[in-house]
Amino acid sequence: MGMTMTQKILAAHAGLDKVEAGQLILANLDRVLGNDITSPVAIREFEKLGIDKVYDKDKVTMVMDHFAPNKDIKAATQCKMCRDFCGDKEITHFYDVGQMGIEHALLPEKGLVVSGDVVIGADSHTCTYGALGAFSTGVGSTDMACGMAIGKAWFKVPSAIKFELKGKLNPYVSGKDVILHIIGMIGVDGALYRSMEFTGEGVASLSISDRLTMTNMAIEAGAKNGIFEVDDQTLEYIAQHSDRKPVVYKADEDAVYDETYVIDLSEVKSTVAFPHLPGNTRTIDNVGDVKIDQVVIGSCTNGFYRDIEEAASILKGKKVAKNVRAIIIPATQDIYLKAMENGLLKIFIEAGCIVSTPTCGPCLGGHMGILAAGERAVSTTNRNFVGRMGHPTSEVYLASPAVAAASAITGRITDPKEVM
Amino acid sequence: MKFEGTVIKYGDNVDTDVIIPARYLNTIDKKELASHCMEDLDTTFTSRVKEGDIMVAGENFGCGSSREHAPIAIKESGISLVIAKSFARIFYRNSINIGLAIVECPEAAEAIEEGHIVEADLDNGILTDKTTGDSFKTAPFPEFIQNIIENGGLIESIRKGAVK
Repeated sequence: MGMTMTQKILAAHAGLDKVEAGQLILANLDRVLGNDITSPVAIREFEKLGIDKVYDKDKVTMVMDHFAPNKDIKAATQCKMCRDFCGDKEITHFYDVGQMGIEHALLPEKGLVVSGDVVIGADSHTCTYGALGAFSTGVGSTDMACGMAIGKAWFKVPSAIKFELKGKLNPYVSGKDVILHIIGMIGVDGALYRSMEFTGEGVASLSISDRLTMTNMAIEAGAKNGIFEVDDQTLEYIAQHSDRKPVVYKADEDAVYDETYVIDLSEVKSTVAFPHLPGNTRTIDNVGDVKIDQVVIGSCTNGFYRDIEEAASILKGKKVAKNVRAIIIPATQDIYLKAMENGLLKIFIEAGCIVSTPTCGPCLGGHMGILAAGERAVSTTNRNFVGRMGHPTSEVYLASPAVAAASAITGRITDPKEVM
Repeated sequence: MKFEGTVIKYGDNVDTDVIIPARYLNTIDKKELASHCMEDLDTTFTSRVKEGDIMVAGENFGCGSSREHAPIAIKESGISLVIAKSFARIFYRNSINIGLAIVECPEAAEAIEEGHIVEADLDNGILTDKTTGDSFKTAPFPEFIQNIIENGGLIESIRKGAVK
């Protein structure tokens, strides 16, 4: 019986020729990540171990992105705790305000993850790096602490669901619509404990940022990880961003999958997840009349350059509707800079949007765009749980950058085709 | 491991954002986290929960964010055990790593009601609803995980050299 992509990466990192679903292994880690919310708990646990060094100062990575720039005194204290720890342990990859971006957009951009890596992060959206052919998964702070100490983590080897992609996306439809479509189809626990492996001739037509968006939301289907087959586009992206050499793992011909879904990308429509679950999806032609108060375009899901560019192409020469606040958050400093150089910031500001420094901010109801009771937002983020962006009676509708930009113009959830 | 407590019951897909809303994640103080536990789902939880109570829930308990603050808040609020139909995977491993007892048992999670008294014998894998007299069998933990729990969590396991 053959192995899936994920199983091959895990076997190699556990020093085994072969692993099978359900097996418990201890795997070597190529990177251990934390942010300003999860790292303080990890640091507290690490200090209980009574050791004075991390396993590899080049592999431990901390990014101050959630409540940074510091939203209040408590947040400032947590960032300071991380800063002091990284200074003391001489951590190479500590990203503070000025260098930081939203962690899952930043790590690929900085070349810190390549194909074949095993990465854990104390952030559930760590599954994003599967877009580059790595095994990466979210863990908690204690796992992060132990990862920092011994460079290893325990895993139960997952079985997998295969998504065979074919065809090409239509205009204004993107990776976000595909992953929302999939979560709507299989449910928020449809891939629980398992891998989601994306293959097929349709992969080639998806940009790296579409792929990052899709693997980012694997966790919203309950998956342990999402992973794309590596192709020329992946290798080209890695060569542009990293000095490290990728290792490419392909699933065996006889790999066993729990289920296989064939998805024709040309049939995927713009898709919106209604409150309060990412699986509560409707296609754009079935959304009805939903008036909104706020639009957020950004996050680790959709703050990539192509997302910002797509939103700008729709907002160009138009105005944000009266009584709608439109917040644009490029995910990293490099994306921000490129958006500035290419005139996108001007388009947003003239349309009546604000453009923020990189931060997770509003996605998790932290700061920079909190909702009042009963308010509604269309957001390119990844979760629409009760109270996620503010008051427990506020509502979040998850959508693509194109739908979010079009909705900002009309003040209700809108098909981009209607405003173009 | 044996527990006995009164049941507080919730439904499916209880996410970590309602277990502990992100607006309170600017602290790692366990008591402060516990004081906001379940707030966005059930404003009465913190005032009615008693030491030793047992939480029972439906499918996919603890889905969403990886915040370890969620099992920490539940444990610190006095809950001794969580029984659910299924758990989201990061919440599951976080609970084991910090030593919050959790048990997956769809039949028990379906049958046991709010306010019932439940006895849990995890060594023998038996849950008993003392209010109705019904009992339920649970699967034992794999040896590897049992080891982590017996050593007092992952940090202690590493300290003792049980995981290296």
